Amino acid sequence: MHEYSIVQSLMNRVEAEAAARGATVVRALTLRIGELSGVEPVLLTMAFETFVEKTICEGATLSIVRIPVSWACPKCERPIVQGAFLQCPECSVPATLRSGDEIILERIEMEVPDV
Amino acid sequence: MCDTCGCGDPDVVPIEIQDKILAGNDRQAAHNREHFASHGVLAVNLMGSPGAGKTAILEATARADRSLRLGALAGDLETDRDAQRLEAAGIKSVTINTISACHLDARLVHNALHDSGMEGHDILFIENVGNLVCPAVYDLGQQFNVVALSVTEGEDKPVKYPVMFRKADLVLITKVDLLPHLPGMSIEKIADSLARVMPDPRYIAVSAVSGEGVADWLKWLEERRRPAMVAAGHSHDHHHEHEHDHDHHHNH
Repeated sequence: MHEYSIVQSLMNRVEAEAAARGATVVRALTLRIGELSGVEPVLLTMAFETFVEKTICEGATLSIVRIPVSWACPKCERPIVQGAFLQCPECSVPATLRSGDEIILERIEMEVPDV
Repeated sequence: MCDTCGCGDPDVVPIEIQDKILAGNDRQAAHNREHFASHGVLAVNLMGSPGAGKTAILEATARADRSLRLGALAGDLETDRDAQRLEAAGIKSVTINTISACHLDARLVHNALHDSGMEGHDILFIENVGNLVCPAVYDLGQQFNVVALSVTEGEDKPVKYPVMFRKADLVLITKVDLLPHLPGMSIEKIADSLARVMPDPRYIAVSAVSGEGVADWLKWLEERRRPAMVAAGHSHDHHHEHEHDHDHHHNH
């Protein structure tokens, strides 16, 4: 289960960002996770909840936006349905993945005390 | 100002990041890739289930071409058995024990290369932890991904584990000597499955026992090794029409 190491990378990034801005508390994180990314949102959420104890992210809400898989022909832009042969039936060229492999930290909401 | 509880003290600041969570791993992988390119080493990330025959196919590779200088990083949770087998077959090998981690990452590969001082190889195989899920998520800095899929695993594995197979540049369909014992299984069925998850499906049917397909696999490696060497400014003629009975010298 690699979701723990994904969360570790996420926490490193969030902590660095918080330190750079002098934030004291992280309130919310928004991620974009593609359905063909190899990352399972339920497991990722579990790993996050385990990891955040006693960190700057304790109590933060984790929102995960699922990105559906989208294949298309790079020449004629015809969509190729997932599960079909990944070749354009018209142009006979390999399909291109348009979306679905994202593992992205989109947004952090944090408390930055007034200076 | 805080708009949740109205305390009025700290400001809640939304910050747009839009960055890959694994950006750190990707940076390390890019560093590894530069290192391989500058040394003219073809680095291949070999993935597959436990027992798919990853080690066996590397042993067969070494047996089939004694002139290639092969190296391997063998990733396993425990033991150095694979590295011992590979060493015995003539492949200079180093174990990476991940203990509990289910995959290799770019830093583990980098550290293993540094600690072992492994250099001077034509091809470096990175034998990943046996697992069809997690290794696919981590770029190691390899030039090519190869997935070993044995005929005994069932033809549906590519569609069940699309993330890994999508990233494969080549699938080695292993243990094909067992096909006569597997009614209902065929290379065509596996190929059909691969074409639904790989936009450019490429596979070679191999057997480490009979040697079937090993020559095609060596040819695939050789075709990719040459550009790697040219890019690094190495000149190294490699003739396969005859057996080598001399040491191989590189001109740097």
